[in-house]
Amino acid sequence: MNTSLIIIFAFALFALYLGIRSSRGKDINLDEFAVGNKGFGTLFVFLLIAGEVYTTFTFLGGSGWAYSNGAAAFYVPAYICLAYVLSYWLIPKVWRYSKDHHIISQPSYFASFYKSTALGIIVAILGTAALVPYIMIQLKGLGIIVSEASYGAISPAIASTIGAVIVTTYVIISGMHGSAWTAVVKDIMILAVIIFLGLYIPYHYFGGIRPLFEAVQATQPEKLTLADSGFSISWFISTVLLNALGFYLLPNSFSVALTANSEKALRKNAITLPLYTLLLLFAFFIGFAAIVQIPGLQGSEGDLSLLRLSIQTFDPWVIGVVGAAGLLTALVPASVMLNSASIGLTTGIYRVINPNASERKQLLLSKILIVVIVIIALYFAVNGSDALAMLNILSYAIITQLAPGLLFSFSKKPLLNKYGVIAGILAAVAVIFYMSLTGAKIATFFPNVPTFINDISTGMLALILNFIVAICVSLLTKSLVKEKEEEAVLQQSPAQLEETSITK
Amino acid sequence: MKYIKLLLIIPFIGMIVCLPMVNRIEPYVFGLPFLLFWIVFWMILSSVIMAIIYRFDPDNKEGEAE
Repeated sequence: MNTSLIIIFAFALFALYLGIRSSRGKDINLDEFAVGNKGFGTLFVFLLIAGEVYTTFTFLGGSGWAYSNGAAAFYVPAYICLAYVLSYWLIPKVWRYSKDHHIISQPSYFASFYKSTALGIIVAILGTAALVPYIMIQLKGLGIIVSEASYGAISPAIASTIGAVIVTTYVIISGMHGSAWTAVVKDIMILAVIIFLGLYIPYHYFGGIRPLFEAVQATQPEKLTLADSGFSISWFISTVLLNALGFYLLPNSFSVALTANSEKALRKNAITLPLYTLLLLFAFFIGFAAIVQIPGLQGSEGDLSLLRLSIQTFDPWVIGVVGAAGLLTALVPASVMLNSASIGLTTGIYRVINPNASERKQLLLSKILIVVIVIIALYFAVNGSDALAMLNILSYAIITQLAPGLLFSFSKKPLLNKYGVIAGILAAVAVIFYMSLTGAKIATFFPNVPTFINDISTGMLALILNFIVAICVSLLTKSLVKEKEEEAVLQQSPAQLEETSITK
Repeated sequence: MKYIKLLLIIPFIGMIVCLPMVNRIEPYVFGLPFLLFWIVFWMILSSVIMAIIYRFDPDNKEGEAE
């Protein structure tokens, strides 16, 4: 056992203690468990939403992207910032509807608004399909961080397993409260660590930020701008727009938005969150510094650039603190994702099959589902899985296909009906899978398209198709829906009929 | 002030529409290559714009009355 491993373990135990303790004195029912009874103030919501940003990605992917792909990495802060801008308008509306209709999950939102249990089931399945690979990535990232930071004293598989046990324990006991309290420690840690590393490394090796970038410009100038093809401008724009739309459609972000105690708390957060996202800049500095200092990391090894450069620079106790921060950045998002995946399945599918299930039964099932999901994710994190790795790349593309259904749920006259929304989602998801499995791009079908069109992301193409199908099918089935509604009115009892005519 | 939320479109224009014009290294601003500076600049401006909207947004006043 070395110094850094002791520090990492101390923080892991502290997180576990805090997570368990957070629900003390509270009667954890389904609402408390899923969304903290919609009672979290501005600060908790802030930390939980920010938790989605500062995941293991900050530690591995943020610097890793800058290291391997240079300026293409800037898409991350760009889309996150625009997601917050969009959320100022979007999320209070979602919150208001959910509050009025006692909704605690994304599948129930869609099922309730479009009066379609089938749509609820589809949303629950898509949400889980998007989240499981994410949870896997967190556990895998945790394993890599802890293993590297302990100088190999503990294997990635064992580290991932310990992390999974900790997170499962406190999520089952405390639900969303556990996530909120551990998020506090996590954010303090990551703030301190990432700012320190992001400033110390450029000044230590280059004497400043500008000299750092000039050194990169001297060796690999192409890393500082977007390329002409591949990670090009049109790739950047389409990916940023798609992810900005998809951000709050990820079931975990959706759940976090529902924990707020007011619309104002959500708007206030939207204002400050872009500034908080600026922290990613420091991760980029480290990645760019690594380009010059430790060249030659190939492929996915680029993700290790921050840790490798830190180990080369600092004493073991500093690496221990870095590793502990990395551990926490995996635990908090994983806990929220586990929670919302299990609640989504329970409310979206189980409630439909078994509408009279007691709340206690639903809570019990959610907790069992958490264990099941964690075992699946851990299995793939340890053994590796190409299918899951692909799903993770597709997560955003898939989940963003819920956008038409969500966006049109705010218009005064509903333009889309359930048939349109379902048809749009199915068509888009089919296109995404087809294009990813066959590796097709637009040029496959139209060989003469210019590069700037060919680089548009698959998810964005599918989304455009989705909108078109959803609107067409909704218009075509308009009369069908009307007929059904009239039938429903006819079947009502005379007393109810009277009521409707009065309200009219 | 009913349409104040339309200001939310500005960050999208700054970050997305202007991108082809700012895809370059020089000039450096505050030590950052120009493309990175541009994105950072719009992240800060997004916050400022939302703060202005929040200030004049009639929806927030309704919240107080409740």
